Amino acid sequence: MAELARNNAPQKSLRGNSFLLWIEAWKSFKKNKLAVVGLFIVIVFIFLALSAPYITPEGINDQKLADRLLPPSSEHWLGTDDFGRDILSRVIHGARISLWVGFVSVIGSIVVGCFLGILAGYYGRWVDTIISRFFDIMLAFPSILLAIAIVSVLGPSLRNALIAIAIINVPNFGRLIRSKVLSIKQEEYVTAAKAIGMRDRRILFFHILPNSMAPIIVQGTLAIATAIIEAAALGFLGLGAEPPAPEWGKMLADSKNYLVQAPWTMFFPGIAIMLTVLGFNLMGDGLRDALDPRMKN
Amino acid sequence: MFSYTIRRLLMLIPVLFGMTFIVFFMIRAIPGDPAQVILGQLATEEAINSLRAELGLDQPWFTQYFEYLKQLFTLDLGESLRTKTEVSEEIWPYLAATFELSFVALIIAVVVGVNAGIISAWFQKSWFDYTAMVVALVGVSMPIFWLGLMEQWMFSVQLDWLPPSKRENVKNPVETITHFYLIDTLIQGRMDQFIDVVKHLIMPGIALATIPMAIIARITRSSMLEVMRSDYIRTARAKGQKMFWVVYKHSLKNAVIPVLTVIGLQTGLLLGGAILTETIFSWPGIGRYIYNAIEFRDYPVIQSGILIVATIFVMINLIVDLLYALIDPRIKYN
Amino acid sequence: MKKKSLFLSLVFIFILGIALVGCSTSTTENPPEQGETNDNNEETNDDQNQQSEDSSSESTLVFGRGADSVDLDPALVTDGESIKVTLNIYDTLVKYGDLDTSIEPSLATDWTTSDDGLTYTFNLREGVKFHDGTDFNAEAVVYNFERWANGDKSSFYYYSSMFGGFKGDEGHVIQEVKAVDELTVEFTLSRPQAPFLQNVAMPPFGIASPTALEEYGESFTENPVGTGPFVFQEWKRNDRIVLVKNENYWMEGYPKLESVIFVSIPDNATRLNELIAGEIDIADGVSPNDNTRVEEESDLQLFVRPSMNVGYLGLTNTRPPFDNKLVRQALNHAVDKEGIIAAFYSGQAVPAKNPLPPVIAGYNDDIDPYPYDLERAKELLAEAGYADGFEMELWAMPVPRPYMPDGQKVAEVIQNSFAQIGVSAKIVSYEWATYLEKARNGEADAFLLGWTGDNGDADNFMYVLLDKDNIGSNNYAYYSNDQLHDILIDAQSNPDQAKREELYKQAQEIIHEDAPWIPLVHSTPILGGKNNIKDFFAHPTGSQSLTKVYFE
Repeated sequence: MAELARNNAPQKSLRGNSFLLWIEAWKSFKKNKLAVVGLFIVIVFIFLALSAPYITPEGINDQKLADRLLPPSSEHWLGTDDFGRDILSRVIHGARISLWVGFVSVIGSIVVGCFLGILAGYYGRWVDTIISRFFDIMLAFPSILLAIAIVSVLGPSLRNALIAIAIINVPNFGRLIRSKVLSIKQEEYVTAAKAIGMRDRRILFFHILPNSMAPIIVQGTLAIATAIIEAAALGFLGLGAEPPAPEWGKMLADSKNYLVQAPWTMFFPGIAIMLTVLGFNLMGDGLRDALDPRMKN
Repeated sequence: MFSYTIRRLLMLIPVLFGMTFIVFFMIRAIPGDPAQVILGQLATEEAINSLRAELGLDQPWFTQYFEYLKQLFTLDLGESLRTKTEVSEEIWPYLAATFELSFVALIIAVVVGVNAGIISAWFQKSWFDYTAMVVALVGVSMPIFWLGLMEQWMFSVQLDWLPPSKRENVKNPVETITHFYLIDTLIQGRMDQFIDVVKHLIMPGIALATIPMAIIARITRSSMLEVMRSDYIRTARAKGQKMFWVVYKHSLKNAVIPVLTVIGLQTGLLLGGAILTETIFSWPGIGRYIYNAIEFRDYPVIQSGILIVATIFVMINLIVDLLYALIDPRIKYN
Repeated sequence: MKKKSLFLSLVFIFILGIALVGCSTSTTENPPEQGETNDNNEETNDDQNQQSEDSSSESTLVFGRGADSVDLDPALVTDGESIKVTLNIYDTLVKYGDLDTSIEPSLATDWTTSDDGLTYTFNLREGVKFHDGTDFNAEAVVYNFERWANGDKSSFYYYSSMFGGFKGDEGHVIQEVKAVDELTVEFTLSRPQAPFLQNVAMPPFGIASPTALEEYGESFTENPVGTGPFVFQEWKRNDRIVLVKNENYWMEGYPKLESVIFVSIPDNATRLNELIAGEIDIADGVSPNDNTRVEEESDLQLFVRPSMNVGYLGLTNTRPPFDNKLVRQALNHAVDKEGIIAAFYSGQAVPAKNPLPPVIAGYNDDIDPYPYDLERAKELLAEAGYADGFEMELWAMPVPRPYMPDGQKVAEVIQNSFAQIGVSAKIVSYEWATYLEKARNGEADAFLLGWTGDNGDADNFMYVLLDKDNIGSNNYAYYSNDQLHDILIDAQSNPDQAKREELYKQAQEIIHEDAPWIPLVHSTPILGGKNNIKDFFAHPTGSQSLTKVYFE
């Protein structure tokens, strides 16, 4: 697989008409029904996350021990959990946490990954060797195992889970950018820019980065999906968010004890995770088809 | 091809070295003093210090690291602090448990995924196609720990069809030979136990299979659609052969590549997913082994466990890449 | 290349074929076919099968519990899970009653105490042998006690805490253990110890085979040899421990079971599911929420363990602001014990106001508990100078304990109440051993913990948990009060039971005023088991002998 990706034909220069390209991409994205569904799901969850404090019926931490484990009803649409807290409110607030972890960790991975990838691709030689081998090594560990190990080093908390997820995704972006840089470096306009004495930094910022945007956006969208699942997995293992934070994975872990009496405590956080991830996956697939048909396989 | 293989093997060396390096330092960064852990809560200061000296923990890090490498070269994986047994002696049952589970998951994923993909493509735009593809889409996005809980709720709690956890019936334990229980029970001709083992495998197997299954189904379907447009099939159709079987056979052949891809890409996912699956189903596999070791600060086990899993992962990726190169001449070796 | 790929495809199809076959066998649930195979099997594998059938249906008890043992040498262990097993491999000189802590004969048939309370003479049972064939006699008893007395605190923890240290230590109670003749042992004490027999009966003082101790040395803990009802057979760490019947057990007609398997299943819910699915026979530590589930199943029964424990929130008395008595009292007003019990104990507990449970002689019922009153708590905080509250860490145990089935949940309730008086608590948890170690080092602000009585004496709660002597050991709260110390030592050595009880009542008043903890609950732990299990006695100490258990 890696070989395939590396041998991608160099892409044509898109500079200058990039605005048109985005319009084209949007048009083709719009035609893709599934992608639009994905976008819709994502927008809904972003809306829920942003407006959570204003729309939730109850506070996330309003314990009412007398009302614990109530089944879904008109008062509590999704029932209550073992502290008598309203599950609907907690699931909505959970979107804040999951999306926050998803976006921030992926942005972190992109920034670090881009930095390392550009260094490796642009300067080549030993810089490239070291960085590329480093990526190989990182990718040699199953990601969730690496995340667990990192969190054990840093201590379990939501912030550290976020850092761990960011770290394990760095090589994916690093490799992507590196191969992009390698192919663009050969382009005539870059050679020309160099010839007229343009500085490295300018070349990087004005030519290489803009041209790498499309694959980064695609990969980034898909990575958010993975990051959300990973954060939930860490939360589920008790290595993520701390109580009383309404993190979806943590909520699932808590529901384990009530599988029989109160299965609804398990259903809804799980559905929330699945829908969010599905949304980002669909959107990512759609973006890939629209922005970079060659990445499809 | 040969030189490519050699090159790939050589490239492994720095990766393996790097892995030992990362593992070594990560373990040392985990808070907590191994000497304290070994001796327990009531140990005296002197006892701890003398043990630290004995374990070489008072040495500078590079001495410790080279000691560690030297041990690895003699295949000495260290001794578990908790069980006081050599890791190399006790790790196999856990590995075997994970292999068995992953293998079953992979079989489920391939059999169901490939067939669903082919049928979907053949009856493109039928209800089956839509259902299968929606299921596949959802499957790719499935948090498997949630799926595991749902399975338990459905099949154990509600329907009472399958045992909720573990690998075997505790009352009727399997006599271990290879530690692959499916094989062990068959060798001994214990059909009752074999069925037991299969029943225990179904739920975790499906949970673990879901994501690869969905991916395989999607890839197979799209490659199958291409096949159906090919001249070969048109010729076959012209000759009046029974179409479905022609296409089916041809697609199976074509499925080799996507399946290999998935094996390569998903082994990490399987091995990683195994930790979560094993947690939910109390499956005594390598993921649980390492996770427990982390909880107990059992450094040699964490160190060697992670290293072994990573090495297996790297090896499988290598084999898959090589097979890939062997099968598909379009892939360049350089 | 083409040929190769064809070949590979064939291989692939072949594998797929096998897979399909494998899959169809795995999913076929064809009853007649299954029956056939089984029949065939029985013919060929008659012996093996019958054996397994016998043992699985009638006489093997699978005991599911929350964690694996740490050691199988009873003298080394400090955790309840280890003791649950060793209790069935070893006998002690005297033992507790089936459901209480009264003293009954065991390896000693009878005993006499001198008037000054300094000499105990035990007459030993005749004809008892260790599992390895070694004779049990007075020398064996002396050997074991000598071994412990010459130990150090890092190994023989219980010995030191029950008998005041080791040989040469100032407070060491057992001056000499002497074999008078083959079957008579005499203990000479340096000072009277009121609960001496209670102590000797504790499972950590199980008598081990001297021959085996010599033979195995360090690895004895993995090759335990005692005189008890069951013989050790196999230990798969983190998974199971198998014991088989001791055919020559001294108790005529016992044990009734052929074998016992202890299986560790950490998750409460999973363990219960295993019980309902019939994979295990007894599930330890059933979550209180789940007892209705057990009751609903017609083939299951509940076992109720008489309550002899306390669950508490310790406040480290040396760490500010918890060094301020007013703060500790304020927090005592800010915990809704009734709410916690209703929600996370399903009512299977009573709120605690003292460090020792009501069943223990010396319990002071006249103490007036701190009521749940957030206004009063705020007032006290303001008085202490913390009107705006403060930030703290609230430690919650990571594993279910008998006195607290779900520490995390209890912590969340407390966190919520504290927030209402301006105290913002962050819930912290560590792996169990680390948790204890750090709390013992005084690193916690406040920590959830508890204690199950070992021998039914008040000393085992008051002195062990709250005396200044035990700071750095079981006095995790670092609570130190000299007046209390004098009372507790007096109570320990005084042979007059009525006087002792009075002293303990007095001690509880001091503790109530100082409020080193927030006593939370005395719980009634619950076990679930198959309906046809008879004579299983869930012992208040948390570990029970399975000698008399049988399937109906």
